[in-house]
Amino acid sequence: MALPKYTEPHYRIWHYVYLTICGAVFFFLIAPLFVIFPLSFNAEEFLSFSDGMKSLDPDAFSLRWYKDMIYGTKNPWGLAAKNSFIIAIFATIGSVILGTVAALGLSSRHMPYKGLIMAVLISPMIVPLIISGVAIFFFMAKAGLAATHTGIVLAHIILGTPFVVITVTATLSGFDHSVTRAAASLGSDPVNTFMKITLPLILPGVISGGLFAFVTSFDEVVVVLFLAGLENTTIPIQMWTGLREQLSPTILAVATCLIILSTLILVTAELLRRRSERLRGINR
Amino acid sequence: MSSETKQILTTDGIPLEVSLKKAEKKNKIKAFLLVAPLLFFLIITYVFPIGDMLFRSVDDKMVTQMLPKTFKAMESWDGQELPEEEVFAAFHEDFIKLVEDKREGKLSTQLNYTKNGFKSIIKKLRRASKKFEEGNYKEQIMSVHKRWADVEYWRAIQRRAPEFTGQKYLKGMDMYVNEEGKIVSVEEDRRIHRVLWLRTLEIAFFVTVFCFLMAYPIAHLLATLPMKYSNLLMICVLLPFWTSLLVRTASWMILLQQQGIVNDFFVGIGLVADDNRPEMMYNKTGSYVAMTQILLPFMVLPLYSVMKTISPSLMRAGKSLGGTPFVAFWKVYFPLTIPGIGAGCLLVFILAIGYYITPALVGGASGTLISNQIAFHMKSTLDWSFASAMGLMLLSGVLVIYWLYNKIVGIDNIKLG
Repeated sequence: MALPKYTEPHYRIWHYVYLTICGAVFFFLIAPLFVIFPLSFNAEEFLSFSDGMKSLDPDAFSLRWYKDMIYGTKNPWGLAAKNSFIIAIFATIGSVILGTVAALGLSSRHMPYKGLIMAVLISPMIVPLIISGVAIFFFMAKAGLAATHTGIVLAHIILGTPFVVITVTATLSGFDHSVTRAAASLGSDPVNTFMKITLPLILPGVISGGLFAFVTSFDEVVVVLFLAGLENTTIPIQMWTGLREQLSPTILAVATCLIILSTLILVTAELLRRRSERLRGINR
Repeated sequence: MSSETKQILTTDGIPLEVSLKKAEKKNKIKAFLLVAPLLFFLIITYVFPIGDMLFRSVDDKMVTQMLPKTFKAMESWDGQELPEEEVFAAFHEDFIKLVEDKREGKLSTQLNYTKNGFKSIIKKLRRASKKFEEGNYKEQIMSVHKRWADVEYWRAIQRRAPEFTGQKYLKGMDMYVNEEGKIVSVEEDRRIHRVLWLRTLEIAFFVTVFCFLMAYPIAHLLATLPMKYSNLLMICVLLPFWTSLLVRTASWMILLQQQGIVNDFFVGIGLVADDNRPEMMYNKTGSYVAMTQILLPFMVLPLYSVMKTISPSLMRAGKSLGGTPFVAFWKVYFPLTIPGIGAGCLLVFILAIGYYITPALVGGASGTLISNQIAFHMKSTLDWSFASAMGLMLLSGVLVIYWLYNKIVGIDNIKLG
């Protein structure tokens, strides 16, 4: 964005003002995340920088909140983490299977009532979570699935499928259907064709949809608040209770771990996106 | 013509047209079968329950079923004078049955919703009814308490006769049906729901405006910078996007607290006195700041994807034709970004209007939204029919906005990152 030499002074000034504004906005976006890192190593119980931390005194830093997170007797983080991962993994598997199969049907040009069905399929993404929460709670209560892992997994499948449907449909839009016809003409049955031809080609879309579904389930708190009993507590629920009652530095230790996890997911998602863009580029 | 030309046949001897139609139908069924599992799953677990909410929100069968004989006897009552003996007798019969099932407490709660003062007189009636003699129930019931002789209370009972009611929706707008059957607003100082609706709209609107003002420049920068740098900066947008909502809210709680970094900074530059640190959390400010930062990526991404497609030569052409950079921007670039603006604004607005977690944590009493009220009635007062009614009112608002979104951008154009 270097300015040409002939730029007039007031445009030059405006350009730097513009860059400053952009810098400020980027700072506003990313800086809050980085406050959590140093404070999670605080040796004291306060949620502000102690004088020792400001002067970088090594004694002011410690791993005590991380130890508390893992070994703390009163902390249900272990159970919460276990539940969160179990629920998120099953919800992701369910969403990916249902969503991918539905996306295959939706991107067929023979699909009747495409608009209407698409609207129904992605509605859980558009309807405010609180309303989804109320509706899903009514269903689970009637079905006797409230306060069970199964109920929460089903709820998260509902919330996760729209992301899979959207990403896989987008991937399939650049898909050359003649390859499946070629496979069929060579005697392959539809299931075999899907596993050997279609799936490998749309895999980046499937995985990134799955990542969305995983994050949705792993972060989800509104619906779980309605559904979960004591045994079904998840990381978001524990954070929610912690933040409402007392902001303890242990929460910051958990938050730091979550930021690291989301960084990993971000990197994976970005690599997949680039790969799929590259593949689509070759198709053209 | 067609009768003279020879029909084209397939090798099986079936007319080609028929054969093609058959194949087409088969393909349709195949496509539908693929969608069917998810579709039926969602219809059963999601669409029906939302319909169930609609049913719950207007359902008022409880009292109807508790006093069946009374309402039957009341059919011929005009509601002017006190009802006849037969109504009292029917009411007595229903009531004795309720006392046997120990359900008269529920009746008093329900009737108390309609008119204050039922609780105590039902308790008195229960005690007195044990000594009632057969016949002339009108006198006996009226002698229990003077309110039983008040026609207003009998009218209140009659108002609960229908199986369905819209009163929860009226309550959601701080209105009710008064004794004369007219819809009126509650007193000025008790209109809590209207305040909440307005505040929800206000916060959603301003959060959308703030997001737009902040997202536009950075989306432009991201779209015009060389790939090398823009990919790096994109992380600043995507990392918050992928990070847990609660983590981001937690970081704002740390930043905005009275001894927090933002306040420290204000004190440091001398903007506020150390002993007079402003409260930036547990009020509207908290909701505004945190929601803007959290929803900002949802504005940046659609804007970016639209700006990416605008060729930079258009701006150069505008300038070479004599426009100053500002004119070129305003007349050429800005109109081209309108689809992105529409998508981003509606997305942020829809998300903001239904926000729950962040306002509940940093909003305090003056920064909570309608969602918080719904959750409150679901979890604390257990008035599920009212929560359903408010949820559906919110949903209908969202659907209107969504319909606009669909008109402007189209459902198929939703992009994720």
